[in-house]
Amino acid sequence: MTNDTARRISATSLWTIIILIFALVPIVTTSAYKINVASHILVWGLFAVSFNMLWGITGMLSFGQALYYGLGAYSVGLMVDYLGSGWFLPAIALGLVMVIIVSFLLGLLVIRVGGVYFTMLTLAFAQLAWQITFKWYDFTGGDDGIQGIIPPGILENRIVYYYFVLVIVFVSIWILKRMAYSPFGLILRCVQQNPARVRFLGRRVRRNQLRVYMVSSFFAALAGSLMAGVDSSIHTDMLFWTTSGEAILMSVLGGLNQFFGPFIGAAIFILIEDNIGARTEYWPLIIGSIMLVMVILFPKGIVGEVLRLKAWFGKNGGGRQP
Amino acid sequence: MTPILQIQSLDKSFGGLHVTANVSFDVMPGEISAIIGPNGAGKTTLFNQITGHLRSDSGRILFNGQNILGHSPQRIVARGIGRAFQIASIFPDETVLDNVRIACLSKRGETRKYLRAVDAFTEATDDARAILESLGLSDQAERLAFELAHGDQKMLDIGIALALRPNLLLLDEPTAGMSPEERLHTKELILKLWKEFDLALVFIEHDMDMVFGIAQTVRVLQQGALLAEGTPEQIRANKEVITAYLGEEF
Ligand SMILES: Nc1ncnc2c1ncn2[C@@H]1O[C@H](COP(=O)(O)OP(=O)(O)OP(=O)(O)O)[C@@H](O)[C@H]1O
Ligand SMILES: [Mg+2]
Repeated sequence: MTNDTARRISATSLWTIIILIFALVPIVTTSAYKINVASHILVWGLFAVSFNMLWGITGMLSFGQALYYGLGAYSVGLMVDYLGSGWFLPAIALGLVMVIIVSFLLGLLVIRVGGVYFTMLTLAFAQLAWQITFKWYDFTGGDDGIQGIIPPGILENRIVYYYFVLVIVFVSIWILKRMAYSPFGLILRCVQQNPARVRFLGRRVRRNQLRVYMVSSFFAALAGSLMAGVDSSIHTDMLFWTTSGEAILMSVLGGLNQFFGPFIGAAIFILIEDNIGARTEYWPLIIGSIMLVMVILFPKGIVGEVLRLKAWFGKNGGGRQP
Repeated sequence: MTPILQIQSLDKSFGGLHVTANVSFDVMPGEISAIIGPNGAGKTTLFNQITGHLRSDSGRILFNGQNILGHSPQRIVARGIGRAFQIASIFPDETVLDNVRIACLSKRGETRKYLRAVDAFTEATDDARAILESLGLSDQAERLAFELAHGDQKMLDIGIALALRPNLLLLDEPTAGMSPEERLHTKELILKLWKEFDLALVFIEHDMDMVFGIAQTVRVLQQGALLAEGTPEQIRANKEVITAYLGEEF
């Protein structure tokens, strides 16, 4: 029990530090560019953490969460574009409602097929949505995307919008973390490890998979809709398979089995992209090499390896790390 | 007294292989009984049919007088049949405590609580700890399940089943793969659990010391058919059983 309390305190203090760092960004810098990078980390962090509820916790490797990320972004982009900036917040809400419905219906379908077929089917649906968005130029702006998505009222202020994103992202991650360590989260981990036994606890495997699929998709869409205001623009790439792929890479980079691993992974991924991408167009090659080294040498991801080192030095080994 | 479990003319074939052949027997409430028989006799298959893992071709299965044939495993568990598996079926990356606790939570209908930490469910947690105490696994509660010794993993599997508070518990070769000392210990433990949890208990075993040591009734399966049923003394003296399975030393 003491061990338990100790690691909960260390996890809490880690979060406090992370939140503090992000809260201080607009205070220590006036650079709009740096604030933008910090916003990207927050939004992608939420997207990656929501994705990891599916993969790391439940063992469902979706290659199509870009679908929901994009749906969130496009519902905001389209409504602001067609109806005006006052629709920004209602559009977020409407997009989320739409995603609840879509993920429920699609979930019923994709969860019927397990394993690699689930991965392929989620990819197929996301690519389909990307195709439609890409081709339907008159409605979606096609390859041009949508520009000039200005949040309404005081949110128009970059710094206010930054804090708006910060609060929503951390509240969302807090909710997801509570879920991961609730009985529901435990059932999800059990579903990954031994679905046959879960049935013999009297629980339905597919129903729980559907629930987490909907939860994950909901927060992916929330992340996407926040992103529409961060860059004031959206693009078909948000629905493209590379977006789903980046969430996967971030999770691997940070560590699948650690709840906040994907968030750290997102931060490192974006900082690499930002620093190396500015100097060389070959940055995907560099991130690719880093990924290769990570997977071969540090399969637990950055957070997993750091915790392992800590446990090794502290000799308080064993147990699960939150 | 009505039997807790009634198996009536149960059949199951895999292709041409008749694995359950017209099997009928009753299990009384509070009874402890064994199913024995050579490898491939259809013992595990029979459990799979009772618990809804396998569809039966024909026959009837009644639990507390009501039909359960054709029901899903989930429904059958909810009715009160628990089961541990021939190969320990546990959640390897969870703690020993959480393995049992998830079953306690499930029993209480608390698995759909999304935002409260597992630790905050004190009744389920106390219940899980009590079960670990009965199993002698208390001092390993915080370890991850895959770190346990083989025998302890089998006990943990039984603990998960017990946490659902079944009226009928089916154990598939509880001592399989254990050393002689572990077997002795397990035999005593199962007898203790049977009394403590007020169960009807049916176990499949190849360890004859355990079978004849603790079973009140013994049933012998051979090539899918029920060859004999009776008290340990009757089975030990049964000529057919001796030639088919037990051999002369009994
Ligand atoms: N799903 C299946 N499909 C086809 N054949 C099966 C299946 N399950 C079991 N069998 C066959 O049915 C027969 C009975 O198997 P079962 O597992 O019930 O035996 P058992 O009595 O439990 O044996 P053991 O003592 O080795 O555990 C075996 O010949 C087995 O190969
Ligand atoms: Mg068997």
